[in-house]
Amino acid sequence: MSVRAPTIAAPDGATVRTGVLARAHEWVVTVDHKRLGVMYVVAGLAFFLIAGLEAGVIRWQLAVAGNTVVSPQVFNRLFTVHGTTMIFLVGIPIVFGFANYLVPLMIGARDLAFPRLNAFGFWAFLFGGCLLYFSFLAGDGLYGAGSAPDVGWFAYAPLTGRAFSPGNSTDYWNLSILVMGFGTVATSINLITTTLTMRCRGMTLGRMPLYVWMMLVVAGMAVLAMPPLSAAQIMLLLDRFLGAHFFDTQAGGSAVMWQHFFWFFGHPEVYILMVPGFAMVSEIIPVFSRKVIFGYPMIVAASLAIGFLAMTVWAHHMFAVGMGAPLNSAFAASTMLIAIPTGIKIFNWVATMYGGRIRFATPMLFACAFLFQFLCAGLTGIILSVVPFNWQLTDSYFVVAHFHFVLVGALIFTVFGAIYYWFPKATGRLLSERLGRWHFWLFAVGFNLTFLPMHWLGMLGMPRRIYTYPAERGWDLWNLVATLGVPLQAAAIAVFLVNIATALRRGKPAGDDPWDAWTLEWTTTSPPPPYNFATAPVVESRRPLWDLKHPDDPDGPHE
Amino acid sequence: MKSQSASSRGATASPGRSERGGAWGAPGAPHAGKVGMGCLIAAEASLFAVFVVAYLYDIGKSLGGPSPGQVLDVPVLGTICLLSSSVTVALAVRALGRGAVGRAGAWLLATVLLGVVFLAGTAAEWSRLITRAGLTIGTNLFGTTFYALVGLHASHVIVGLIMLALLAVFAWSRALRPAHAERVELVSWYWHFVDAVWVVVLTVVYVIGR
Amino acid sequence: MFAPVSTPAFAIRELSILVFAIVIAIFVVVAALTVYAIVRYRRRPGDDGREPPQVYGSAQIELAWTVVPFLIVIVLFLTTARYIFAIEGRAPTPGALEVTIVGHQWWWEIRYPGLGVVTANELHVPVSDPARPTPTFLTLQSADVIHSFWIPQLAGKTDVIPGKTNRSWIDPRTPGVYVGQCAEFCGLQHAGMLLRAIVHPKEEFDRWVAAQRTMAADVPAAHAGRDVFTSLACINCHAVRGTPANGVFGPDLTHLMSRDTLGAGVAPNTRENLRAWVRDPAALKPGALMPAMQVSDEQLDGLVAYLVTLR
Repeated sequence: MSVRAPTIAAPDGATVRTGVLARAHEWVVTVDHKRLGVMYVVAGLAFFLIAGLEAGVIRWQLAVAGNTVVSPQVFNRLFTVHGTTMIFLVGIPIVFGFANYLVPLMIGARDLAFPRLNAFGFWAFLFGGCLLYFSFLAGDGLYGAGSAPDVGWFAYAPLTGRAFSPGNSTDYWNLSILVMGFGTVATSINLITTTLTMRCRGMTLGRMPLYVWMMLVVAGMAVLAMPPLSAAQIMLLLDRFLGAHFFDTQAGGSAVMWQHFFWFFGHPEVYILMVPGFAMVSEIIPVFSRKVIFGYPMIVAASLAIGFLAMTVWAHHMFAVGMGAPLNSAFAASTMLIAIPTGIKIFNWVATMYGGRIRFATPMLFACAFLFQFLCAGLTGIILSVVPFNWQLTDSYFVVAHFHFVLVGALIFTVFGAIYYWFPKATGRLLSERLGRWHFWLFAVGFNLTFLPMHWLGMLGMPRRIYTYPAERGWDLWNLVATLGVPLQAAAIAVFLVNIATALRRGKPAGDDPWDAWTLEWTTTSPPPPYNFATAPVVESRRPLWDLKHPDDPDGPHE
Repeated sequence: MKSQSASSRGATASPGRSERGGAWGAPGAPHAGKVGMGCLIAAEASLFAVFVVAYLYDIGKSLGGPSPGQVLDVPVLGTICLLSSSVTVALAVRALGRGAVGRAGAWLLATVLLGVVFLAGTAAEWSRLITRAGLTIGTNLFGTTFYALVGLHASHVIVGLIMLALLAVFAWSRALRPAHAERVELVSWYWHFVDAVWVVVLTVVYVIGR
Repeated sequence: MFAPVSTPAFAIRELSILVFAIVIAIFVVVAALTVYAIVRYRRRPGDDGREPPQVYGSAQIELAWTVVPFLIVIVLFLTTARYIFAIEGRAPTPGALEVTIVGHQWWWEIRYPGLGVVTANELHVPVSDPARPTPTFLTLQSADVIHSFWIPQLAGKTDVIPGKTNRSWIDPRTPGVYVGQCAEFCGLQHAGMLLRAIVHPKEEFDRWVAAQRTMAADVPAAHAGRDVFTSLACINCHAVRGTPANGVFGPDLTHLMSRDTLGAGVAPNTRENLRAWVRDPAALKPGALMPAMQVSDEQLDGLVAYLVTLR
């Protein structure tokens, strides 16, 4: 009994068109979730390179005290655009790009629920990204003080008001993110609808892959958390263009209100970025440990708890604002509480590896580094939730270290692992393991070299977002060490790009199921045909392929 | 995992558009359009909530200029029209479901007209506030939050009216068919949401705030 | 923050020790388990390729590893709340020293309302004896955008926010100079908004206050320079008590030479730096809001000769 689709070598001869323009046209007009997913990830990686360059210049400037590589004007634009790019143009597109690609395949569907809306989401993101970067070229703006935004990625009022940010640089920040936000909400609606209405026969909610569960939570958070950012940005637009006073403190408006609205979005946003990383390792670790994930129901419950609690912790970014002891305590409590469902996941993953037969292919290397680095990130998060300690550490390099451990040490590492894991499915070719190891070790060493010392710098009193510092403070050594990690990370990325380029050309054919995995995407060809599955799958457990490969011991009775 | 021929379920249908729940998925799954519109409404509710919070927070904080009690009159006629339009659009959906396309078109037209009266009332109110009371969005915090919140709602009314007007035209031209009943119902959900938001805006601006 | 001299900073360090202990313990345990799993259960060369036993979960284990963190969280939260209320709840005793600090782009205005003293960028306070504390209470405001007042050895940071008044307090127990800087991005020269707190023994502090309260020195030899000063736009932004200059946009210069630094800490307060600053502030602090005054060399000499008399 074979349930594999008959191998489909190529699409119908009549629809194959050659020529660069013809192929480009296909990609531009596509509504296929797989192509859009690839486009999202490729665009996200391109922006990753740009933002990485920006970070390189930042670290160069900060390598020694009193450095003059860039002026304060340029430096402030660099860190603003670096942060904005990494969050909105790298993190979001990559995580939603993966979801785009994987969710329909994992639930046995042939596309997302609204394919054209899917395309809209991608092009809205790309347009927003281009708009942000156009600001570098757009020159002086109306009041001769334009160019790229320089108000920080969270753009606190009233610094962003007309009075303190004349010209149009802030407007580029505002409008580009506003446009991208609509795309993100559209894609999230698409993912929720697909997950709730298009699962194949037999796949109850309790049999969905954890990746799908977690992306459902992510999409739910996005639907509720992105509009508040849009609302705050509309208010800022009204302030800047129509003379409104939402954040105009001289007319009674409130600077703190911007912070509340922004972080009400901003905190779920970082979970929107991080939970997909959890989702990816929840698929990778079991396969490379050769064991079923330990405690599936609890992980689902924990993910739902995170989704809910993430909406209740936002003001832990504002402990130094002066909200008063009762509010400070309440948000300390909710923040410490959310550490529990987040942290126990680590136990589930380690318990999955325990008793397994672990194979350290490149995806698993990245997943293992993720475990240590995410542990570190979560613990520094707990440190930051201790409010009085937060009064020393907030707005210092300790926070910079914390969130880079979350977003690079945890998220980017899992993204790399996921690319090595699913690239063969998407392209039909395996990436080189040898180059993968070089990529991994160079990046792991470089990343830790750069960001571990920043914890110490924060504790020594170095604040964020300063373009230089006096020599007397004693921050030179660790800043220099941090900068030395940059060439290593750059080399790692270079190796990664070479790996991708050579694999696309001459990589080993992957076959349908190179990793001996268990979820539905591995039952179809690599790459999948446009319609994904020739026959609609029917499942009877959480690991349909395990059931096929082990008919004597299927998962169903154990679940 | 069992193999299963997909022919029993119309596998050629595009995703989410079959008579029996999801086309490709398990029968009985909720319909894609309903889930999608539900999510859109949730997102919009989140958007409005922030403007409402800003309005409530800023009550009484204006440093000068006209205050709500001085210049606002409850828009009774507009409210009656807008809330009635929820009834008419529901009647339109029911008529279409029963195959009465012409009647559905008439109810849709009634909905549009009621909505237009509401908008006209808003326009008149704004005109009076700007020219006679001297209240603009830049006058004070009250002006800022009032025009932003009521304006955001009005913009959603406009979008809704455009959709409903198009549907009315399609009904008149007989392009609209009973098979479209569910899609028209989704548009009516949007319209009901807009009306529900108006109830909140009415309460916050004209009752609590005044 | 690991060399505190004032009670809030001491309290934070004390709290941090507990927090580090908990966090390091968790890290060691979890990391050790992870390393063990990686090493012990890695695939060996002679492995026959069979799948290991599939373990789907264990309710007891999962309950345990949820309850234990929950208990840790309770302990941590209760401790945290106690410290929050202790630090924030400290109210000024009558007669306690009150200082109002106003953040500007990119300097700090420091006023002593009860003593009639106005200065900039340096906070002078009397030392506080732990046996009979004499804390200083700070009222924190902003004239433009959000800044943050942070001297780690004295206390945690508190934002200064336009339209909002925040409160903080310090009671340094050891005389000395303690440095800090603005900790909330506030524009171009956020990096150049440094702070110095100078803690004096009581008598020394009283002498400082007395000296700061006097009118500007009137040195006849510097009258020519003073006339240049009062004839230029300097007086629109700066105040020098005893002269017509009473601007509020820039720092009070009445006792300029009593301060250690110029430009909120970007350069030591020497005659050469002062000359360079007055000629073109942007040379020392790019983007500083004080414009270059476009004065001739002769006028510049006069100005500097006058300014150095303002002790």
